[in-house]
Amino acid sequence: MATTTLQQDQLRTEVEALVEKLGPGRSSLIPILADVKRRFHAIDSETMQTIADVLDIHPVEVYSVASFYAFLHGAPEGQFVVRLCGTLSCDFAGKDAVADALKAELGIDFDQTTDDGLFTLEWASCVGMCDQGPALLVNDDVHTRVTPESAREILAACRAAAVAKEG
Amino acid sequence: MPATIETKGNALTYETIEAEAGLKAALAMSRADLVDAVRDSDLKGRGGAGFPTGMKWGFCAAEKADQKYIICNADEGEPGTFKDRVILTRFADLVFEGMTIGGRAIGASLGIIYLRAEYTYLRPHLVEVIQRRRAAGLLGHDVCGVEGFDFDILVAMGAGAYVCGEETALIESLEGFRGEPRNRPPFPVVAGLLNNPTVVNNVETLASVAAIFAKGADWFKTFGTDKSTGYKLFSISGDCDKPGVYEFPWGITVADLLKEVGGEGAKAVQIGGASGVCVPARDFARALAFEDIPTGGSVMVIGPERDILDVAENFLDFFVEESCGQCTPCRLGNVQMLEAVKLLKKGECPPAFLANVKALGATMQVASKCGLGQTSPSAFLSILEGFGDEIANRAPSA
Repeated sequence: MATTTLQQDQLRTEVEALVEKLGPGRSSLIPILADVKRRFHAIDSETMQTIADVLDIHPVEVYSVASFYAFLHGAPEGQFVVRLCGTLSCDFAGKDAVADALKAELGIDFDQTTDDGLFTLEWASCVGMCDQGPALLVNDDVHTRVTPESAREILAACRAAAVAKEG
Repeated sequence: MPATIETKGNALTYETIEAEAGLKAALAMSRADLVDAVRDSDLKGRGGAGFPTGMKWGFCAAEKADQKYIICNADEGEPGTFKDRVILTRFADLVFEGMTIGGRAIGASLGIIYLRAEYTYLRPHLVEVIQRRRAAGLLGHDVCGVEGFDFDILVAMGAGAYVCGEETALIESLEGFRGEPRNRPPFPVVAGLLNNPTVVNNVETLASVAAIFAKGADWFKTFGTDKSTGYKLFSISGDCDKPGVYEFPWGITVADLLKEVGGEGAKAVQIGGASGVCVPARDFARALAFEDIPTGGSVMVIGPERDILDVAENFLDFFVEESCGQCTPCRLGNVQMLEAVKLLKKGECPPAFLANVKALGATMQVASKCGLGQTSPSAFLSILEGFGDEIANRAPSA
């Protein structure tokens, strides 16, 4: 999913605005990457170059940081990133059945994105809902006591939200 | 307050602490007395490492620098831990009070709360509380009318890396780098964020600071044991009837804790999360305290039907994923351990390989730079020790 020149121009403007707000220092890098990821669902190499230019650092530095963090990695992701908690307590509470339901409903495995670009499925290390597992995150929102059934409802609600956004 | 999150448990002392009582009491004291008061309470870090908070503050206060920082570590990533989420949801004011008192004590004008990306939904609530405190004169210029005491708090976001709960990795992350732990010394109290003296305290530690100033160090010491003063929040999950966040004084036995949460009959309890130890039922008379089983509060109850090797495998999967990769023993050692567990599950682990992996675990404990690598073999090694018979008697699978 390479970005177009138009998108790069728009991106540069946005990154410059962010740097204006956050300051020109290296410490702005992670907030910038998080923001770009949130809006474009990918951080491709051209984008990394743009961010490096604005911050005046080498692009490999940008790649190095983006690839380190689970929420920033550059690979294209869907509009909705579903992160199922893999911790022991969620495992005891039945995460595998939820995982199977998610895979079947989306027709993808973990670390894959649906062809329509709507969903990416990932494991999360621990989302801190161990008393109410199985738990998952959809982007920033947390869902608890998820069952195979409620997992399908969560996905349906995402699809409905995407349709509403398009329309 | 985010509506989605109901976590059960028992009554918490934090509910009884009067708003701003701690901050007001603290601002009436000299800066040196603030450090002494925390030292007197013998409060130890609630994130898991248990370093004495007063000593940490004392080191930082003694440094001469134009800029110092106090950081609240809200990168609550230890598997099975969720008490900081509850504190931030219900008692954010106490945490910010503790940060403000800490800022006064060490001479910092800026506090930063580093919130894990998985808790992004808590961010608006925290920002709102900070704004309210600014409007009330509890943050900003001349805090509470104390001339010359300027202090403000920012929220910074993590980006999904367990290792950033380690304080030097957290600082690297705040500076815009990969979250790879630093060599120490120098310690952050001497050269931390942007090379300035920096205190990093856990969420619960800072809330406890506010409580200590509200009610006094002597009050705090009425809870707990001689070596582990005060009370502690425990995050209880797994095979029990009443999971949730519970407050107990330090020194409670595993057996008594299990009774409170309806977890009797467990075959083991994992204490301290993935980096902690697996305590078998025969050791349930042991106590949760710095002098016996120290912990950041993660308690995962393992019921009688569970396969203990599934537990080991879950944690090793976690460490293989979360090792930052800097130190070879941790990066490769956890992969070897995972391999051993998989072979053990099949009943096909050669004794010589297992012996090598055990020795490797000992190497990882001493040769890794940070707490992640040092503690990553603990769960597996304690399972091998505690459940040797169950593992050895496993029939080879078809």
